[in-house]
Amino acid sequence: MSLVGRINSIQSLGTLDGPGIRFVVFAQGCNLRCGCCHNPDTWDVNKGEEISSDALVDKALRFKSYFGSDGGITISGGEPLLQPEFVSDVFELCHKNGINTCLDTSGGILNDRIQDMLKHTDRVLLDIKYTNDEDYRKYVGCSIDAPLKFLSYLESASIPITIRQVIIPTLNDTEENILKLRELVSPFKCVEKIELLPFKKICKVKYDNLGIEFPFEKYPTPDKSTIDKLNSLLNV
Amino acid sequence: MKHENWNGFNAGKWQDEINVRDFIQNNYKEYTGDESFLAQATPRTRDLMKKVETLFTLERQYGGVLDIDTTTVSSLNSYAPGYIDKSNELIVGLQTNRPLKRGVNPFGGIRMARQACEAYGYKLSDKIEDEFQYRTTHNDGVFRAYTDEMRLARKCHVITGLPDAYGRGRIIGDYRRVALYGVDRLIEEKKKDKAALAKSNFNTEQIRLDEELFQQINFLGFMKQMAAMYGCDISQPAKNTREAIQWTYFAYLGAIKEQNGAAMSLGRVSTFFDIYIERDIANGILTEETAQELIDDFVIKLRLARHLRTPEYNELFGGDPMWITEAVGGMSEDGRTLVTKSSFRILNTLYTLGSSPEPNLTVLWSTSLPSGFKKFCAKVSCDTDSIQYENDDMMRPIYGDDYAIACCVSAMKVGKQMQFFGARCNLAKLLLIALNGGYDATSNIHIGPQMPVMNTDKLDYTKVMERFTTYIEWMANLYVNTMNVIHYMHDKYAYEKTQMALHDTYVDRFMAFGIAGLSVVADSLSAIKFADVKPVTNEDGFITDFETTGDFPKYGNDDDRVDLIAKDMTHLMITELRKTPAYRDAIHTLSVLTITSNVMYGKNTGATPDGRKASEPFAPGANPMHNREENGALASLNSVAKISYDDCRDGISNTFSITPDALGRSEDDRLSNLVGILDGYFSKMAHHININVLNRETLMKAYEDPEAYPNLTIRVSGYAVNFNKLSREQQREVISRTFHEAM
Repeated sequence: MSLVGRINSIQSLGTLDGPGIRFVVFAQGCNLRCGCCHNPDTWDVNKGEEISSDALVDKALRFKSYFGSDGGITISGGEPLLQPEFVSDVFELCHKNGINTCLDTSGGILNDRIQDMLKHTDRVLLDIKYTNDEDYRKYVGCSIDAPLKFLSYLESASIPITIRQVIIPTLNDTEENILKLRELVSPFKCVEKIELLPFKKICKVKYDNLGIEFPFEKYPTPDKSTIDKLNSLLNV
Repeated sequence: MKHENWNGFNAGKWQDEINVRDFIQNNYKEYTGDESFLAQATPRTRDLMKKVETLFTLERQYGGVLDIDTTTVSSLNSYAPGYIDKSNELIVGLQTNRPLKRGVNPFGGIRMARQACEAYGYKLSDKIEDEFQYRTTHNDGVFRAYTDEMRLARKCHVITGLPDAYGRGRIIGDYRRVALYGVDRLIEEKKKDKAALAKSNFNTEQIRLDEELFQQINFLGFMKQMAAMYGCDISQPAKNTREAIQWTYFAYLGAIKEQNGAAMSLGRVSTFFDIYIERDIANGILTEETAQELIDDFVIKLRLARHLRTPEYNELFGGDPMWITEAVGGMSEDGRTLVTKSSFRILNTLYTLGSSPEPNLTVLWSTSLPSGFKKFCAKVSCDTDSIQYENDDMMRPIYGDDYAIACCVSAMKVGKQMQFFGARCNLAKLLLIALNGGYDATSNIHIGPQMPVMNTDKLDYTKVMERFTTYIEWMANLYVNTMNVIHYMHDKYAYEKTQMALHDTYVDRFMAFGIAGLSVVADSLSAIKFADVKPVTNEDGFITDFETTGDFPKYGNDDDRVDLIAKDMTHLMITELRKTPAYRDAIHTLSVLTITSNVMYGKNTGATPDGRKASEPFAPGANPMHNREENGALASLNSVAKISYDDCRDGISNTFSITPDALGRSEDDRLSNLVGILDGYFSKMAHHININVLNRETLMKAYEDPEAYPNLTIRVSGYAVNFNKLSREQQREVISRTFHEAM
């Protein structure tokens, strides 16, 4: 029996959310309201469109020839953790069809159903948005403990992880912050990679279309040299 | 048979018969490594290229044509030898006595030659005018035989681009034969064929062939004389790399001196050259640097090739391309790759000499290509936007492993197959003519079967398809007959003597038809089927616009509901074309390729049910309409991949623009992802793709300030252009195309 989930949209060519070429599904609905979010259209749990896991995997299969040895499906969002049964069903079906699965999440929730889902997850792209609880509460709307707990669980389940952080000038673009991030995740053997993503404002148009304010519009975008410099701190 | 210049080559049946493929298969050395062995341009090459760049700048400043020899009819021996810088050239030979000076070629049509001269401030000499007063040109012949309906179809632009006023092109001589065998041997073989023919009963076909053989032999003689003027004796096989490249180039040069065909493609020479390079390197005659230098010098010559065209022609095609297409890579039938170091070397000219639209470098892609080569191709695409890719895994089973590409996407076995090229049917216009019951509202011309206008409140899909099918049947018959006239006359008055001398005497012929506006038609029919389309009529009761309400699936989103309409249209078209026999028993083929003429096709076409406004450009080739793709790049590729190559054996062109960011974060990611896209797309039995990796902003800057981007090259439909040579309208259209961007 195929389950029905709610998705915002599909991007057939994803090269930035997980290894290789990926079929990226944006799940509808999010429990957080991050100021830097570039998908505000995915927030409302009642919007988007319904699709069955069968139909979604059928769509993904049309792109299997592009995946090569590294690529596959990525479920991003929104927050896929809000629909664990659906995501689990999709991933299980993907595995039956030889498609690699990747979950892009903020890691804010953990329960039995999510743990079941993670059994079918080949890789997690986990956002660690800030390195202190204060910023987390202020700009994300939850405690830093939630993603760290999620990270510990992934470690115990031996799921490879890519840690991601959006670099927002004046908030977290300091060397100190990056070193702290490194320190924070260094005990976890499952962390294979840390990606620093430059904050972008091209999503402003989405906020405008929704008629809501873009909370981080006031922040500048980082230049490439900043990102390169911060990245170099990770490559030691 | 043996020849001392063949020493060191493995023996094979190529020695006893004209069989370049057999020579290649017995002698080439596949290369599965990466590009690290490549050499840079030598100071000599850089100096020579600097002189050539200066000439290009001058040519631009002179309005696109540097000079015209108005008193000489272009042929193999009609000009004194020409040089860029004689003492510094390794490969010699120019079309006329000076670089970028254009010759006139009135055999296709004197009027076009005259107009072209006048457009650039020259006057065709009285001498030539007088000579051609007593000569029938191809153009004269065609217009003697064109029916009234053919003229009308041409006038209302439902068929356009008919090669009835200049050379038809799209024929590839096997230029390598001159290098491998020398001209004397080729003449000897042709004489044998002629003698054998004399024993048969002479009917029309045989008499024609007999005369053609006479002409072929004659022109092989002229080719020898042409080379002799440059101090080269090409009667014997080439004895080293320089000679192999030089002999091959002389053969090509002879062809472009004789013919001004629209597309004068080169074939598949790099792996052939590689055999000579390997032998010379082994013998200590050549180094990597000097090998690259020879390839560079050859490519410089190709970049100087020009034909005299009218400004209208240039506007249509974005400059004056020659489609000097070179097929690179691919696989052998035995599973080895045909990639050699020289496959890398010829692509390397885009670095040693800078990016350029010509020669039209076309990678024959197989998922089995060595990964080092795949990655290098991806790098060249990312750096230069100058190469295109075609599906070797799909073509090899049909054409074997020694085929090449004429023009943009037309495959043929080198020296064994040729094509009768011709034009495109504007399918979107034909749909409008059908709805209007045989009336073209743009040109105000009644044409085709006369029926009532379909001015109902809501167009009914079944009825529209029935009506459209009737008009496609009519059009297909008219189109084949028109092409038959053109090619009969071209054979009669402008036969390609040099190029056909470099073919087997008995060749297979294709007749290549084309369609434009496929995505407009697919989306329009989808609108009629899935939404409400109400025709809007003018005071005379003819449809001039549509009111479309409701949503409908659009081609380019991997949605079978509409993609299969596109596929079915091409199937219907070729099926109907096949019903009318083609001249000389040619095999009917179909292409979905517009080159840059999609802008002009749009201009001549009224509003369509898909919401496209009157005179708005079509998407190029088989591309989805701009910005109607909603599910990203791969969904768009999947849609195009559904068009069947069995229906469109003359090629299905797709042009793809993606921003670097959308390909990945690091260069390494971008290259491996581009390789993944190509592997995935071609696994789906897609035929062709042009790849541009650039940002729209770059094009916008070049649009505003052309002088700052003199060499910006982009792939359009089936070939590449210098962005600055496009008309302003074409530039705007290219900028407006879908760029697949990172989210």
